[in-house]
Amino acid sequence: MRSLLVLLLCLAAGGAQAQVPPPGATMCSGCHGEGSILPLDDWTAAEIIAAMAGFKDGSRPATLMPRLAAGFSDEDITAIADWIAAGGMRHDTR
Amino acid sequence: MTLDRRQMIVAAGGAVAALALPRRLSAQDRGRVVVVGGGFGGATAARTLARLGHEVTLVERDATYVTCPFSNAVLGGFMELESLSFPLAGATLDGMRLIEDSAVDVDPEARTLTLAGGEVLEWDRLVLSPGVEFLYDALPGYDEAAAERMPHAWKAGPQTALLRAQLEAMADGGLVVIAPPANPFRCPPGPYERASLIAHYLTQAKPASKILILDAKETFSKQPLFQEAWARLYPGMIEFRPPSMGGRVIGVDPAAMTLQTEFGTVAAAVANVIPPQRAGAIAQVAGVRDETGWCPVSGVTFESDLVPGIHVIGDACAPGAMPKSAFSANAQAKVLAQALDALFRGEEPQSPRLINTCYSLAAPDFGFSVAGVYAEAEGKLTELADAGGLSALEAPAQDRAQEADYARSWYAATVREAFGG
Repeated sequence: MRSLLVLLLCLAAGGAQAQVPPPGATMCSGCHGEGSILPLDDWTAAEIIAAMAGFKDGSRPATLMPRLAAGFSDEDITAIADWIAAGGMRHDTR
Repeated sequence: MTLDRRQMIVAAGGAVAALALPRRLSAQDRGRVVVVGGGFGGATAARTLARLGHEVTLVERDATYVTCPFSNAVLGGFMELESLSFPLAGATLDGMRLIEDSAVDVDPEARTLTLAGGEVLEWDRLVLSPGVEFLYDALPGYDEAAAERMPHAWKAGPQTALLRAQLEAMADGGLVVIAPPANPFRCPPGPYERASLIAHYLTQAKPASKILILDAKETFSKQPLFQEAWARLYPGMIEFRPPSMGGRVIGVDPAAMTLQTEFGTVAAAVANVIPPQRAGAIAQVAGVRDETGWCPVSGVTFESDLVPGIHVIGDACAPGAMPKSAFSANAQAKVLAQALDALFRGEEPQSPRLINTCYSLAAPDFGFSVAGVYAEAEGKLTELADAGGLSALEAPAQDRAQEADYARSWYAATVREAFGG
């Protein structure tokens, strides 16, 4: 029970942090937001980090993303991945 | 501390709500923002600020926005203008007011904006996203009336329909002239995508026709990719003539359908004359447009270098290195919204990282891109040297087809974000 409470509090804290996106994070939705053939909002942080690492080291070929991944450090990417995984890209379309 | 099952559901609900719901701002942190212009920049800014909990008024002259992106596909005969049209009423969110009117005056001291209809709007921050206006007097013989004979089609809508109708009416074997302006202008690869997609149409419908690009510049955006595509898809149909080859247009005669160059007169069956541009007129009224014709702004907050409290985004702004594109406008709008939100909460806006990605189509299933990543240096945006660049030359057809699919996917995601469409 206690660990569940901690988890919930972490989720809530994560939500609060997710409201201020790290540098570059809001760029993703231009291509990967609602309506995209490649939506990112159900990706985990680990999946995003692994994909970006693959774009940077050439092990994951792609037409565009290697050119963009090159502009972000590992720390930048981790912050963006955490924000996306916490639901940062999900708009509340009231 | 222990929780019973009911308390836990409440706590879980709170956690989910923290993720999904817009933040509740205290009254003092809630800014009043007026946004002028409902294109990719203005509509995205208004919606993002409304989602962040601020009080937003979006002022736009036209009830429906027609996107320039994919308007070349209309000229190519494989998309309809209706599918590029977004009623701005569909873009409004809670906490956001839409006014269909023109902005006519700005008082930066009183922090007010006056509309043509007489209403005076008060703001804490004013955001201008007016796009471009055309310099009709820059080219002898070309004016608004001439644009009915020699359409620019550089604002999507009736001009696009007119140019398409002229292409449809043209006899096989006709010469289509495209006359792009010098840099900087809206959508640097646009004229060359246009040449490509008109060639796509002519190859099917009027294969003896030719396209001549009479250009004001020696080189153009994505040039190696376009020229590779033209040689492969439309051999012999498109000629690019730079100023050194006599390509600079120095005057037009719309009645005679001729264009004068430094090397002689060219007679066209269809003439697409794209005049030079500058920031939309309200930027001049507001005092944020300088002698270059554009609006110098911060690369962090997009606040004008000339008038405090007024921010400019999209094609009209000059924040440093970013090109004038719908992607840039949408990206700048999101950075601006976060920066204004920080300012209203009394925090320092963060140093941003922006992206631009411009896809061009050379045929419906043949796309490529230019990309850039931008960071702030001494208040302006600079392009990161190690990132960005063009799609690979000599790429396999499947890569070009994939980038064409990505272009359509970018469009779907971005119009959804900007216009709710």
